Amino acid sequence: MKWSFANDLPIYTQLIDQIKVGIVTGAFPPGERLPSVRDLATEAGVNPNTMQRALSQLESEGLVYSQRTAGRFVTEDATRIGETKRDLAQRHVARFMEAMRSLAISREETLSLLEAEFGKETGTNECPDM
Amino acid sequence: MNVLTCKTLSKKYGKTPALSGVSLNVESGHIVGLLGPNGSGKTTLIKLANGLLTPDDGTITVCGMLPGKGSHAQVSYLPERAVLPEWMSVTQILDYYADFYADFNRDAAQEMIHHLGIDLKQRIRQMSKGTREKVQLIMVMSRQAKLYLLDEPIGGVDPATRDYILNTIISNYNPEAAVVISTHLIADVEKILDDVIFLDRGCVVLESSVDEIRETRGVSVDALFREVFKC
Repeated sequence: MKWSFANDLPIYTQLIDQIKVGIVTGAFPPGERLPSVRDLATEAGVNPNTMQRALSQLESEGLVYSQRTAGRFVTEDATRIGETKRDLAQRHVARFMEAMRSLAISREETLSLLEAEFGKETGTNECPDM
Repeated sequence: MNVLTCKTLSKKYGKTPALSGVSLNVESGHIVGLLGPNGSGKTTLIKLANGLLTPDDGTITVCGMLPGKGSHAQVSYLPERAVLPEWMSVTQILDYYADFYADFNRDAAQEMIHHLGIDLKQRIRQMSKGTREKVQLIMVMSRQAKLYLLDEPIGGVDPATRDYILNTIISNYNPEAAVVISTHLIADVEKILDDVIFLDRGCVVLESSVDEIRETRGVSVDALFREVFKC
């Protein structure tokens, strides 16, 4: 996993978000055991207490669970993982919408920009004529 | 539990005040950044905790003890300047630490030295500045101390070496111990700190957790430092 941190947000909330991305993208697959707090902290280059705080929060959100001696595991609840993915996506959309509003771009313009963007994507995916 | 406690601690060099009425607590399990511009009293505070200086007023205690023989056994200190004798080889340094400190974990130190690819026969004299700093830090962090006092552990080394040093700190400190890191390279250390103490001309001007600063002020500790100490 690649870890990176912005300057204007608490580190533990950024850890929570990055681990969530890891879970929904399968970098931390369902049911898999997570590395120890210290190993995760070392990998991310953060304080172990901060990592602990992030994992406790993820635990209370039901994305990871502890087993007394075996460590922490990623949930196997596919619905829960799906919801998390949606939440993360919605936050990106909200940020995008805010940016469009601040540029005073109308709903129609926004939609046409999005469609053009989707068009570009399909374009690159099509096989060129042989 | 408080590992380091200062109560209205003051120290003067002649007529120049270095610390004026500093009161603070450092709890076990925490990594604390002692931050301030040059001449703000960081090194003085660390030397007082080590008993290398004596206070003019107030008290400083380590694990409930006044600095002395008892507290020295609990404190692992990385001085600002390199102190390893230049003529010693790595093996001799390992022997030296093992002789001096009952809590020295020789195997752990040797493993880290090996990992860095440093030859045990190499002498300190033959090492680059960065390698010396790494070797010294490995020795300091290989003790099972209650309090680690690291005076400018990342000053004067390249960014990759800084990362190595910071990783060595977080992967080796004993979770019941406290770590105090003095530095002015805040952006580099901020992610590994629990709490920060800002010192300005011998006084504590801020005591807070890193995430509290980011949460309530929406800025990094580095940005806040630049604001507080703007010249």
